[in-house]
Amino acid sequence: MPNGLPALHKTFTPRNSFQADSAEGYSLLPFQFIPLDGRRYVLTNLAGEILVVPHEVLHQLVSKRLPMDSRYYFSLKSQHFLADADSSICLELLAAKYRTKQMPLSEFTSLHIFVPTLRCNNRCVYCQASRQGPTKPGYDMKWEDAEKAINFMFRSPARSLKVEFQGGEPLLAFPLIKQVVGKVEEINKTQTRNVEFVICSNLSLVSDEVLDFCGNHNIYFSTSLDGPRALHNANRPSSDFDSYERAIRGIARVQDILGSDKVSALATTTRTSLAYPDEIVDEYIRQRLNAIFLRPLNPYGLAARGNKELEYEVEEWLAFYVQALNYILELNYQGVPFREQYAALILRKMLTPYGTGFVDLRSPAGVGIAVILFNHDGGIYASDESRMLAEMGDERFRLGSLSVDSYEDVMLSDSLISLLRETMAEGVPCCLDCGIQPFCGSDPVRHYRTQGDPIGNKPTSEFCARNMGIIKHLIQLLEDDARASKVLRSWI
Amino acid sequence: MLKLRDKIGTQWDAERFVARITANPSRPLPIREHEALLLKAGSATYPSGFRAYLAFSADIPSFGCHPPDGQVLVQLPPALSYLADGDVVAVDPRRADIAVLYRKRSLFNSILVTERCNNNCVMCSQPPRKSEDQFRVKELLEVIPLIDVNTKSLVITGGEPTLLVDDLLKIVLACRNFLSSTALLVLSNGRFFSYLSYCRALAEIKHPDLMIAVPLYSDLANQHNFIVQADGAFDQTVRGIMNLARCGHKVEIRTVIHKLNVERLAAFTQFIVRNLPFVHHVALMGLEIVGHARANLEALWIDPGEYRDALGQAVSELRLHRIPVSIYNHPLCMLDREFWPYARQSISDWKNVFLDACAGCAVRDRCCGFFSSSMVLHSTHVSPMASSELPPRASCFGD
Repeated sequence: MPNGLPALHKTFTPRNSFQADSAEGYSLLPFQFIPLDGRRYVLTNLAGEILVVPHEVLHQLVSKRLPMDSRYYFSLKSQHFLADADSSICLELLAAKYRTKQMPLSEFTSLHIFVPTLRCNNRCVYCQASRQGPTKPGYDMKWEDAEKAINFMFRSPARSLKVEFQGGEPLLAFPLIKQVVGKVEEINKTQTRNVEFVICSNLSLVSDEVLDFCGNHNIYFSTSLDGPRALHNANRPSSDFDSYERAIRGIARVQDILGSDKVSALATTTRTSLAYPDEIVDEYIRQRLNAIFLRPLNPYGLAARGNKELEYEVEEWLAFYVQALNYILELNYQGVPFREQYAALILRKMLTPYGTGFVDLRSPAGVGIAVILFNHDGGIYASDESRMLAEMGDERFRLGSLSVDSYEDVMLSDSLISLLRETMAEGVPCCLDCGIQPFCGSDPVRHYRTQGDPIGNKPTSEFCARNMGIIKHLIQLLEDDARASKVLRSWI
Repeated sequence: MLKLRDKIGTQWDAERFVARITANPSRPLPIREHEALLLKAGSATYPSGFRAYLAFSADIPSFGCHPPDGQVLVQLPPALSYLADGDVVAVDPRRADIAVLYRKRSLFNSILVTERCNNNCVMCSQPPRKSEDQFRVKELLEVIPLIDVNTKSLVITGGEPTLLVDDLLKIVLACRNFLSSTALLVLSNGRFFSYLSYCRALAEIKHPDLMIAVPLYSDLANQHNFIVQADGAFDQTVRGIMNLARCGHKVEIRTVIHKLNVERLAAFTQFIVRNLPFVHHVALMGLEIVGHARANLEALWIDPGEYRDALGQAVSELRLHRIPVSIYNHPLCMLDREFWPYARQSISDWKNVFLDACAGCAVRDRCCGFFSSSMVLHSTHVSPMASSELPPRASCFGD
């Protein structure tokens, strides 16, 4: 509040009578911090409040020397990093904010992934799912298992249920998809949940019949587009057809017939991709997409073999990501609205009071409680990555089997509960006092795969290095670049 | 400016009473005991059974009759010539005055339930006074059934209505029972709602369309407490807002922008986004220069032209977070075009004026204009809009 203002009429009590006595000082509320750059710290708390302050302000704050009439004091008090005798409502507000952030927990499992088949007509160089040949028998989900999976799904208390068909290429098992959709809709007549269907497909098999069905049942498509023709075909070859041609034709048909909001795409990054951040984004613009999900390689399947042709260091990927993001921002400045979805997820955590359902950006992780997967063989897994690992022979994250295990067996199993316990970033070494922890999450399957245990060793974890890099970069943009900040804020 | 209270030309010894105005002398008999018949010029008879008979002084000489025994003809002053069928008045014979409590044609009807308050805001437009609440509540419970059932909205105001405690619940209950399709807005500082049991009691009435509008003036306790002149008010108000939401009530946050809080408008907006994102509406309001605001004018006044950008940013931020927001009491020429869809015609009709400078303004009919009190002082940035400067209307107002 500015000083030297004209006084109120003498019958009113002056301002300073309402201020806490500076002799009594202030107390600190729980918070974490991390250096942002050479001169600033990022301060955060469990409720997701964030404030960037100069080094000396943090030093003054923690040594109780911060002047109680300074601008930073007001901000820190307003955002509940400290409290003084003026008010005691801060603990109730912090509790409410923490509950709000953790609301997805009370919603429980929403995303239910079905793997109707592991067969695929692409031969992606990085295939993480251990695909099988397009006609190979024995890799399709049986109807009895699908039916059990549907019943299992409706045991979830979630008000919104998302059925996602993964593969393999799920459209190779289109009759089963139709059956599942029909059964879910039938049950939902009495359950009345908000049900959404997504098919994760390379779109090579998008026929009139498929489009007709998907239009009638409000089904969304998620596809892969790795970049321009040469790059896409290098990453995602097929022996039967031009994979790029099929992908872009599929995207266009879904857009034209079902609507542009019915298809989204993600780009998986190989070593080859790293040289083409702008070109990859341009390809998305060319295909009339308004968002991209830039995804690093996940270390499963073919991508797990230590293949030098595919792999890269996390620093290399971050440089690629930052360049792509800069280019996307540049497009926005020129009036082309376009967003990067991973940044949007983080920004939503950073700038809004709400949490995210995104599996890897939660604490505890979303394994089992945000997502659950029904494999083609009737196995129940804690996540998509869990079954990728299983296809490599490691059943660590298998929670049970549709044919023998009940909902209670699976959801109350030691394997799930202990896994969740290990993903509470609030209590995990290195995460617990990390300044960006409220915006991050945990990926137990990846840490188990790369470091041998679900918690992992954060200083050498590329999950940590990648999120740290992205999140700090976003904070810097929000703080220092008004133009970028305006665009990024519009993504929430 | 409309006069809502005036002297009548008749004084006699009788209790204060309320009645609904009608000009129709042949109203059904059973309803007449609740109504006051407004006699037109040249009236030749006094139909029997009405609660009272009213006439404008100028019309009385043309009457060819006298009031029936035991009845008095109430002489109305010319300032109340706007009175029309369906309006509700209170007549006090001993004091020889009349108060217009409800106007059927107005969109701005409010019920003042008490003049007492436990805050004493430095800019209060209606400073608290000791008041005789028992009598007032009793009268209001008679008034509510007389109000037109098609009334779109009704405001319960004070003072601080919750100081009536159970009597406020009775008033809300009466509104539910007699005005079930009227949106009810209770203006309360929220402090009493820090008692969860009181929020629950209000919720149990199950009013179909009730919202509580709570003023919050700062993100900082000391600053809010200073502005409302009450220690501990911030904590109680914020707790009240949370309790109301917990009981399923719709809550609006209102803030008046002035020199004491304008600097923290952005921080205040963030505070709402982070801590109170569940609110149904936020109203960002301009200062009305009456009451305490007049006494503290020098300490409070800031030309809205000076905080134009800050106001715009606050609206944008709330919009970004999908919190419905409106701008009250800021004329359109004080706002950037992109914020016009958020500007409401918020000033009650009876005290709503336009300046000479507004003559010929192309958006005058969509503008809130000014409080009649703004004649004392208003922005130096007021300027009429020429229609040639305006894009098509729909794109201005988002309709």
